[in-house]
Amino acid sequence: MATKEIAGNKVNVNEEGYLLEFNQWNEAIAEAIAKEEGIDELTERHWEVIKYLQKYFEENDAMPSIRKMKKSGAVDTKEFYSLFPGGPLKKSSKIAGLKKPESCI
Amino acid sequence: MKNLLILGAGTAGTMMANHLNRKLNKKEWKITIVDQHKTHYYQPGFLFIPFDIYKEKDVIKTKKQFIPKGVDYIQEAIELIEHDKNNVILNNGKNLPYDILIIATGSKIVPDEIDGLKGEGWFKDVFDFYTLEGASALRDKLENWKGGKFVVHMAEMPIKCPVAPLEFCFLADWYFTKKGIRDKVEMTYITPLTGAFTKQNCSNVLGYLMDDKKINLVPDFDVELVDEKDNFVQSYDEQKIRYDLLVSIPTNMGDDVIARSGLGDDLNFIPTHKHTLQSKKKENIFVIGDATDVPASKAGSVAHFQAETLTKNIVNFINGKELVKEFDGHANCFIESGFGKAFLIDFNYDVEPVEGTFPLPIVGPFSLLKESRINHMGKLAFKYIYWYMLLRGLPMPGISAQMTKVGKKIK
Repeated sequence: MATKEIAGNKVNVNEEGYLLEFNQWNEAIAEAIAKEEGIDELTERHWEVIKYLQKYFEENDAMPSIRKMKKSGAVDTKEFYSLFPGGPLKKSSKIAGLKKPESCI
Repeated sequence: MKNLLILGAGTAGTMMANHLNRKLNKKEWKITIVDQHKTHYYQPGFLFIPFDIYKEKDVIKTKKQFIPKGVDYIQEAIELIEHDKNNVILNNGKNLPYDILIIATGSKIVPDEIDGLKGEGWFKDVFDFYTLEGASALRDKLENWKGGKFVVHMAEMPIKCPVAPLEFCFLADWYFTKKGIRDKVEMTYITPLTGAFTKQNCSNVLGYLMDDKKINLVPDFDVELVDEKDNFVQSYDEQKIRYDLLVSIPTNMGDDVIARSGLGDDLNFIPTHKHTLQSKKKENIFVIGDATDVPASKAGSVAHFQAETLTKNIVNFINGKELVKEFDGHANCFIESGFGKAFLIDFNYDVEPVEGTFPLPIVGPFSLLKESRINHMGKLAFKYIYWYMLLRGLPMPGISAQMTKVGKKIK
């Protein structure tokens, strides 16, 4: 565990920069992490996906899979990739202040 | 008389029939097992078929010969599990009411989940090796193949036997080398994971091995479609990978009857308590093997370890006692690495594969997370252990259901 200053907030993060405590998260932090991940601006669609993930996490205590995201209707996979290029689930969860999604064994 | 009903006579269901046949009082309990298929496949053997190491006869026996006398065996497809009525309806319309239900309906590949996969190239230059048909067709194809782009593709987790795609790559490397055409084959492994394998420790070791064997690793690849006209695999972020011969590990799903009965998640796996193996939906429904959603490997060794916990818990449930929270996700897998060698890994929910010896400290004879010939002998010997001990629910000498930390270099 390490402490990191993001957008003027001191937060606890793991070695990959994922927040360890969701209650330390705020929108300014999200925007700063997004920039680090190469996303210059969080649009309304970005926020809808982030809110969806946070709600999903609260209800299920786990991250959804790409397949679940597709079936949920929250965002189709193609758009998900265009919003968070490279690794949509990994990037969006990091920005949303959630755990890194684990693929089970 | 009360009824205990087992759905599925694969590895897990067959083991449970054998365990419970010894444990339950037959004056009070009738045990019935249902499966639609006549043939029991030794599925770990499918891996060796494309390379002509095993023949069909090595992996096939009839299911019935493993079901003990005293257990009713019904060969029929299952139409519906009426979990609110404690009843199962078979395809022929027959009802099977139960007091306790064990679901062991397994998982299977579903190529239709990926756009274009089961298209014009299917079984021509696109194959699977998770079915006997696929593995045999691939063997025939490889026999006369002269080389080119050889792409192995894993669609999404979870899959049955998560190390099998890597073993397949290593064995293919060996096979092409023996045939003298390795320099004409460009090998690529595509995975949605960030590395070669799910477990970091193991992924590092296997990643080096991929490098060593000149197998290109393409990580973070979420497949969108397969184009079998122009022979490429495409990801959602529009990477295209061309192939001359594609071996695909498609999406794995639980049985359709689980979906029809409203018991599964979006991959038809059944939400199950991961330490007791009781279903989350109903107290008198238990789940074992590949059919569960527990975060353990979908593998025969896991089903074997689960069977010990589940046997205790069925007995406890009957006697109104508390269930034991004993299953720890223990998995034990040989990984073929080609050229007559293999790795062995041993891990559970919490402890990743590490180096050491197995099953005994220092003397082994197997070495963990290291390549050796004796590990390979172990893998081949496992076929006999499977048919003659594992399915019959006999204990493995020196190997306990819970993972042991003895003899391991735990950090």
